[in-house]
Amino acid sequence: MVRFIVRKFLFMILSLYVLVTATFVLMNAVPGSPLQREKATSPQIQKNLEAFYGLDKPLIQQYGVYLKNLLQFDLGISMKKRFYSVNKIINDSFKYSLRLGIVSIITSVVAGCTLGIIAALYHRRFLDNLSMVLAVIGLAIPSMVMAPVLQYLLAVKLRIFKVAGLDGPLDYVLPTIALSSVSIAFIARLIRSTMIEVLHADYIRTAKAKGLAGHAIVWRHCIRNSMLPVVTYLGYLTANVITGSVIIEAIFAIPGMGKFFVQSVVDRDYPLIMGITVFYAVLLMVCRFLADIAYALVDPRMRILGSKVER
Amino acid sequence: MRLRNLLTVMLTLVLVGSLLAACTGGNKESSPSASPSAGSSSEPGASSSPEPQGPPKEFRFTLGSEPPSLDPALYTDAQSHIVGLGLFEGLYRLDPDGNAVPALAESYEVSDDGKTYTFKLRKDAKWTNGDPVTAHDFEYSWKRILAPETAADYAYMLFYLENAEQYNAGEASADQVGVKALDDYTLEVKLISATPYFLDIITHNSYWPVNKNAVEGKPDWATDVKTLVTNGPFKLTEWVHGGKLVLTKNPDYYAKDKINFDIVTITLVEEDSTVFNMFQTDQIDWIGAQAGSVPTDQVEQVLQSGAGQVKAIASTYYYLYNTTKKPFNNVKIRKAFSMAIDRQAIIDNVTKANQQPAFALVPPSIRGTDGKSFREMYPDSGYFQENVEEAKRLLAEGLQEEGLSQFPQVTLLYNTNEGHKAIAEAIVDQWRKNLGVEVKLANQEWGTFLETRDAQQFDIARAGWGADFNHPINFSYDLIHSKSGNNDGRYANSRVDELLDQAILSTDEKDAMAKIAEAEKIAIADDMAVLPIYYYTTVTMVKPGFVNVVSDYAGHLNWVYGDKQ
Repeated sequence: MVRFIVRKFLFMILSLYVLVTATFVLMNAVPGSPLQREKATSPQIQKNLEAFYGLDKPLIQQYGVYLKNLLQFDLGISMKKRFYSVNKIINDSFKYSLRLGIVSIITSVVAGCTLGIIAALYHRRFLDNLSMVLAVIGLAIPSMVMAPVLQYLLAVKLRIFKVAGLDGPLDYVLPTIALSSVSIAFIARLIRSTMIEVLHADYIRTAKAKGLAGHAIVWRHCIRNSMLPVVTYLGYLTANVITGSVIIEAIFAIPGMGKFFVQSVVDRDYPLIMGITVFYAVLLMVCRFLADIAYALVDPRMRILGSKVER
Repeated sequence: MRLRNLLTVMLTLVLVGSLLAACTGGNKESSPSASPSAGSSSEPGASSSPEPQGPPKEFRFTLGSEPPSLDPALYTDAQSHIVGLGLFEGLYRLDPDGNAVPALAESYEVSDDGKTYTFKLRKDAKWTNGDPVTAHDFEYSWKRILAPETAADYAYMLFYLENAEQYNAGEASADQVGVKALDDYTLEVKLISATPYFLDIITHNSYWPVNKNAVEGKPDWATDVKTLVTNGPFKLTEWVHGGKLVLTKNPDYYAKDKINFDIVTITLVEEDSTVFNMFQTDQIDWIGAQAGSVPTDQVEQVLQSGAGQVKAIASTYYYLYNTTKKPFNNVKIRKAFSMAIDRQAIIDNVTKANQQPAFALVPPSIRGTDGKSFREMYPDSGYFQENVEEAKRLLAEGLQEEGLSQFPQVTLLYNTNEGHKAIAEAIVDQWRKNLGVEVKLANQEWGTFLETRDAQQFDIARAGWGADFNHPINFSYDLIHSKSGNNDGRYANSRVDELLDQAILSTDEKDAMAKIAEAEKIAIADDMAVLPIYYYTTVTMVKPGFVNVVSDYAGHLNWVYGDKQ
């Protein structure tokens, strides 16, 4: 088990290194400098700006300095937002994305599992079809459409919610619905198909034969066995969702970090691009790593088989 | 087994805990934070004015992007300027009509040769940290923006001062720059040559003062509420990065009785549709003039229903010709293309915001002399006409002159944007119908686009130019002088250069404008240096009851002297 963890960890570090290098190389290959403006300035001012940002040093040197800073968790200073360190930008904005993300994950798991379990239990009957139709709707409508529609219907027309911002608990409702719709659908379908298999397994028949009540079977045996694919999916979902959705945050005016993924590239803000990419990559790898461990913890078979493979 | 249960319980606690934190944390962020500096946001009847204390007057609007820094030496975008207008004040300021009026300068004297200005400052202006505003602040700030270390984009705005350009290039010392504080309230400015519009120039944010004690040694002083020190009619009391800014009335402002708003809340919202929805649900009071935009698909309906107004602003939309290579090196071909489009049709069917067709470069809201606008004094209607037959003839002649048997492959380049795309497609279509030429379309993302244009790797390219200050020289020198870095089409005419150089050195306002007009006429009527299309407008919407919140001559929101009735 320990070797399993250590190996995964080392791979994680290696992947990160490759990622950082690749991003650095690609970014410098793209035309367009971070110092663009519609109004050209005198060559002297251009030179001042370049010296200030260290763009006149050779590439290899820039790369070396950057790697050294990374090891000290210093992600550098943003070029476009001149007096903000990348750390500060991420710090200030991440908390909003994180809050919305956590609410969204909880909603996805709760709603998705409910839909999926109901669908599995009432397999091929009306409730199954209803759940699956709802799931497909959530999956098929892109957030780009769902968010403005929700905003227009529920905030502008019916005035139930505020149009934008995250000031009170009610303000979380609309963005969460828009953000979770896809994952609810996905989780529902996952649980449903896994659970249908599980329901036909031998040990469930044994439990029924033993005289266990229906809901007890579902709670104590079915759900735990069906959760495994969801755990794996959650690893990926968590990293994606807590780093913010560009579209949802734009439409509901949430000051999260989603927009920086796009904006930093448009601005050619080198340190911010790399900082955000590294941050996201670390989060993603850590979440998947945790999901792997959780999987091994939850399913005893993995532990035994896993360690056998290692030997 | 037990370990797993424990982990499950812990995980649940963590999740529930963060959910609680999310909800309560959200509430805390939104309530107005206690201001660290003296003075609270509500006025408990401490003022001497006899007006009854009603509920605080609040004005709310949005901005599409966050000011990177509130340091006036570093503003490059309209949004920073809109916020800065309420926080800082310089020697002179621009009223909403674009006229320079005294602010911190009580009076001034000019030497006979027009090169030396002596300003006398008011003695009752204060910084928010208690320091008085003095002439030393101005000397410090002007030298600071010119200093190479500051790396200010708009440092060139101060190049009218003696030795300013040299100091910025590291070839002179700060002491040699032509600005000096003779005493606490007297500022002496020495210019390279007489500049009749100097008073307009000093309204620009690059000439606003900053407080030395607040700035020295603190490079990020202007990015946080706790360290920002200002001298204007409002003070910053809250700043949630990426979220909102809250400004409250400055009780120490010398003219506080002229200021009516108590609180101004600025929310940062990028998405146009969200801004519009916020306006519809009374979450904000204003849209337009770089403080939020009405979504393009709503413009027509908003104007028709009277919910919004259109106002001309000092910006021009045009296409650049690359005069360095075929076929647009030929003046007849350039004229043909300019004459073969129907500007009004584009305005009526594509942009739909009552813009005005442009036949020159200087927009109508730029001032002239004697209370008239520049365009009133020198109308552009005579420069050229839209005439398809004439255009066809000119095209044929031009091709012949260049020795081309048929029109070569050319591309129209624009920066990626739905609006520019629609206009470009319409114009290409007009050329196809009227001239029988096929022009290809290409679009690039903004940064790449600017580089391509700068390197003359285009045939025709979209361009737009907005006023830095209220004078026609800003729309002529910068765009058609051969030495200008913004003249991407590399148009060059020595007579035009000569006229513009003379205009800059001229001591008589009328004479300078006449020379600018002549230069513009040569560049357009004779040489068709660029393809003017329209003069910009802005669509604004405001809630009833608000007065004196307007789009200024440059199309920026001017809200400082507004009131709610």
